[in-house]
Amino acid sequence: MKRFFKSINVRELLLPLGQLVVFSLGSAAVLSAIVLILALALDKTPVGLAVLDRFNASLFTYTLINLPQVLIDGLTIGFVYAAVALGYTMVYGVLEFINFAHSEIFAVGAFVGVEILIALETAGVLAKISLGMAFVILILAILAGMLAAGALAVTVERVAYRPLRGAPRLVPLISAIGVSFLLQDVIRLVEGLTTGQFNRIFPTFGNFDQRLIFGEVGLGATTITMGISIKSIIVIVGAVLMLVALNYLVNATKVGKAIRAVAQDRPTASLMGIDVNRIISLTFLVGGMLGGAAGVLYALKYTRIDPFVGFFPGLKAFTAAVMGGIGNLTGALLGGIVLGMLETFAGSYMGVFTMGAAGTEYKDIFAFSILILVLIFRPQGLMGENVSQKA
Amino acid sequence: MNKRLFVLLSVLIIASMVLTACGGGGGSTAKTIKIATQSPLSGDMSVVGVDIKRGAEMGLEQMGAALTAMGYKVELAPFDDQGNPDTGVANAKQIVSDPAILCGVGHYNSGVFIPSSEEYHNAGLAFVSPANTNPKVTTRGYLEVNRIVGRDDVQGVVGADFAFDQGMKSAFVVHDKTAYGQGIAEFFKQEAEKKGMKVLGFEGTEEKANFDALLSPILAANPDVVYFGGMYGQAAILFKQAREKGYMGMYLSDDGFDSSDAAKIGGQALLDGKGTFYSTVSGPASVYPGTAKFIADFKAKYSSDPQPFAAQGYDSAGICLKAIEAAAKTKNGELPTRAEVANAIRALKDYAGITGTITFNSIGDPVVAKYFVIKVGSADPTKWSTNPVDKTLDIAPPAP
Repeated sequence: MKRFFKSINVRELLLPLGQLVVFSLGSAAVLSAIVLILALALDKTPVGLAVLDRFNASLFTYTLINLPQVLIDGLTIGFVYAAVALGYTMVYGVLEFINFAHSEIFAVGAFVGVEILIALETAGVLAKISLGMAFVILILAILAGMLAAGALAVTVERVAYRPLRGAPRLVPLISAIGVSFLLQDVIRLVEGLTTGQFNRIFPTFGNFDQRLIFGEVGLGATTITMGISIKSIIVIVGAVLMLVALNYLVNATKVGKAIRAVAQDRPTASLMGIDVNRIISLTFLVGGMLGGAAGVLYALKYTRIDPFVGFFPGLKAFTAAVMGGIGNLTGALLGGIVLGMLETFAGSYMGVFTMGAAGTEYKDIFAFSILILVLIFRPQGLMGENVSQKA
Repeated sequence: MNKRLFVLLSVLIIASMVLTACGGGGGSTAKTIKIATQSPLSGDMSVVGVDIKRGAEMGLEQMGAALTAMGYKVELAPFDDQGNPDTGVANAKQIVSDPAILCGVGHYNSGVFIPSSEEYHNAGLAFVSPANTNPKVTTRGYLEVNRIVGRDDVQGVVGADFAFDQGMKSAFVVHDKTAYGQGIAEFFKQEAEKKGMKVLGFEGTEEKANFDALLSPILAANPDVVYFGGMYGQAAILFKQAREKGYMGMYLSDDGFDSSDAAKIGGQALLDGKGTFYSTVSGPASVYPGTAKFIADFKAKYSSDPQPFAAQGYDSAGICLKAIEAAAKTKNGELPTRAEVANAIRALKDYAGITGTITFNSIGDPVVAKYFVIKVGSADPTKWSTNPVDKTLDIAPPAP
C-alpha cells in the first residue's frame, strides 16, 4: 500500500493543476483588466451614456458586475475546448498529422452518452432516483461516451490513416476530412433510422440545473444574482480531472514515456523496442476518450446536440491547440482556456461596447482575429511547438 | 471485339431510354392527380412538419372521393424541405417538373417558402400554405401563393399589445435571423416602442446550444419580458438557460414556438417565474369548431395527438382538392391545367374548413384570420394541446 503511494509521482499531479490555475487566473486577470480599462475610457463617450440611459448605471459598474458570470462561462467552455484540443495536439505530436475527424469523435461521444440517458429516461429510471444515483448515472454516461469515442478513434486510425502512413502529407489530411463528413452523415443516418429525430436533448435529472447563488448586487434599478450552476461545476471539475489524468499518463508513466519517445523521433523509438503502431493506436484511444468525455460534458451544459455539434467546437479547439503551440500538451491547455475566455468576453461585452452595432454574433471574429495576431507574431504558438525532430 | 461491345452497349442504352420514355409517357387508364406537400420531415422542426404532411394525407383520404368519382386517382407526393431554403428550392424544381402535380400544401418555414414559391410561380403551380406567416409570402402578389393563416405584421402587434396589457414595461427582443423570425421580431419591436415599452436590446442569433454570451446582456438588462422571434428548437433552450441563470421574468414567443417539443426541451423552466406565452395563428386543434372528428381520426390513424398546423394541413389539402374538382367540372371532367386550379382556389367562396371558413383576397391572404395568445400550462409535452388560450382575436389582414 505504502509502495503504491510512493510510486505516485505527486509532482506530475500538482504541476498540471498548478498550470491550469495559473492559466485560468492569468487570462481572467488580463481580460478583466482590459475590459475594465476600456469601460473606464469609454465612460464619458456615447457608449457610456447609452449604458447609463438603459441600465441606470455607469459602463464601469455594468462591466464589473457582469464579470463573475462571464468568467465562469468562459472557464467552462475554455476547459471543454482544452479537453478537445488535447486530442488534436497529441495526434499531431505523434504523427505530424491533423486529425480532422476528431470533431466527430467529440460528437459521437456526446450522442452515445445522450442516447443512453434518453433510453434510461424513457424506461422511467431517471424519474425516481436519488441525487447520488443521478451523479453515478451521469458518470456512467460519460464513461460510455468515452469508450465509444475511443473505440471509434482507434477504428478510424486503423482503417483510414494507417494505410496512408507513408503517403505524402496531403493524402491523410484529405482522408481525415472525408472521415469527418462520413461520420457526420453516419450519425444523421443512425439517428434518423432509429429515432427520426437527429436533434437530441439532454434529459433533465438530478439537480444539475440548479444554481448556487453566492451573492446579489444592485445594478441601477435591478439586482443581479451571482451564481454558478451545478452543471458548470461538473463540467469544470470533470475537465480538470481529465486534463490532470492525461498529463499524468503522458509525463509520469512508462506508456507516456513511450508516447513521448514516438513523438520525438519515431524511427529511433522503434529501434529502442517500442511498438510504434501500438503506441499510435493508444494515442488515438486516449485522445478519443478525452474528446468523447468532452462531448458528454458539452451536452450536459448546453442541452442540445445535433450531428453537426462537433464542427464548431472542434474547429475552435484545433485553433486553440495551434494557438498554444501544436504538439505541446501544456500549450493545448493554455490555448483552450484563452480561446474560451476570449470568446465569452467578446460575446458578452461586444454588444454593449459597440452600442449594439456588433452583437454577440460576432464573437468569433474577435477570437479568430486574436489567433491570427498570435500566429503572425509568434508562429510557433504561445508555448512553442513540440514536433518530431528531423534527423 | 471492342467495336462489337461498344455497339451492343449503345444499343442497350438507347433501348432502355426508349422504354423509360414510353413507360412514363402514357398508357395508364386512370389519370393520376398528385398533391405535393413540402414541410420539414427530418431535423429540428420535423415534429410539426411531419404532422402537416399527415394532415394533408388524411385530407386526401377523406375528401378525395369527388375526384375519384370523376375517374382520377388522387395521390400524395410528400417532400422533405428540412427547413432549409436550398433544399426547398431543389425540391420545388422537382415538384414543378412532375406534370401530375396540380396543387401543393406547404411549407412550414416562411424562409423556405419564399424562395421556393419563385419556382412555383414560374411554373404556375398553386400552393396553399397551412403555416407560413411572413407578409412577404403574399405581398409579392403571386396568383399561385395562398395561405389560410394570419400574418406576422398582425401577429407581432398582437404579441406586443399582449405584453403591454400584462403590464410589461421593458422587453429584450431576440430573433433567429431567418425571414420569419427576424420579421416578426421587428413587428413586435415597432409596436412595443409605439406603446411606450422600452426595448432594451434587439439581437439575432443562429446559436443552437451555447447561449451564455447572449444571456449576459439579457440578464444585465433584466427586462420584464424576453421575446423570441423564431422556432421552438432555439427558443426553448434559450428560455431554459436563462432560467438557469436566474431570470424570472416573462417569456413571450411566436407561432414558431407552438409545438409539444417546446415543453419537452424547456420543461419546468417554461412554467417558473412569470411563465411563458406565445402568440400563434393556429390554436390547438381543439379550439376550432369542427376539429373533434379530425383529432379522433388522426389519433386513430397515427396514434398521437395532432401537432399545431396539422388541421391546417388537412384544410389546405381540402382546398386543393375542391379547387381541382371545381376546375375539372367546368371542363366537363377533363384534367384541369395548373393555371385553372390556381384561379379556382382564388374563386372559392367560404370554403368550410375544420379550422374556419376561408375565402381568399386578391393576394392570397384569408379575408379574416384568427390570432391567439396561449399560455404554456404544463411541462408535459403530451399535454401541449391543452395549453389555456388567453386571448382570441379575429383580424383582417392589411389591405394589399
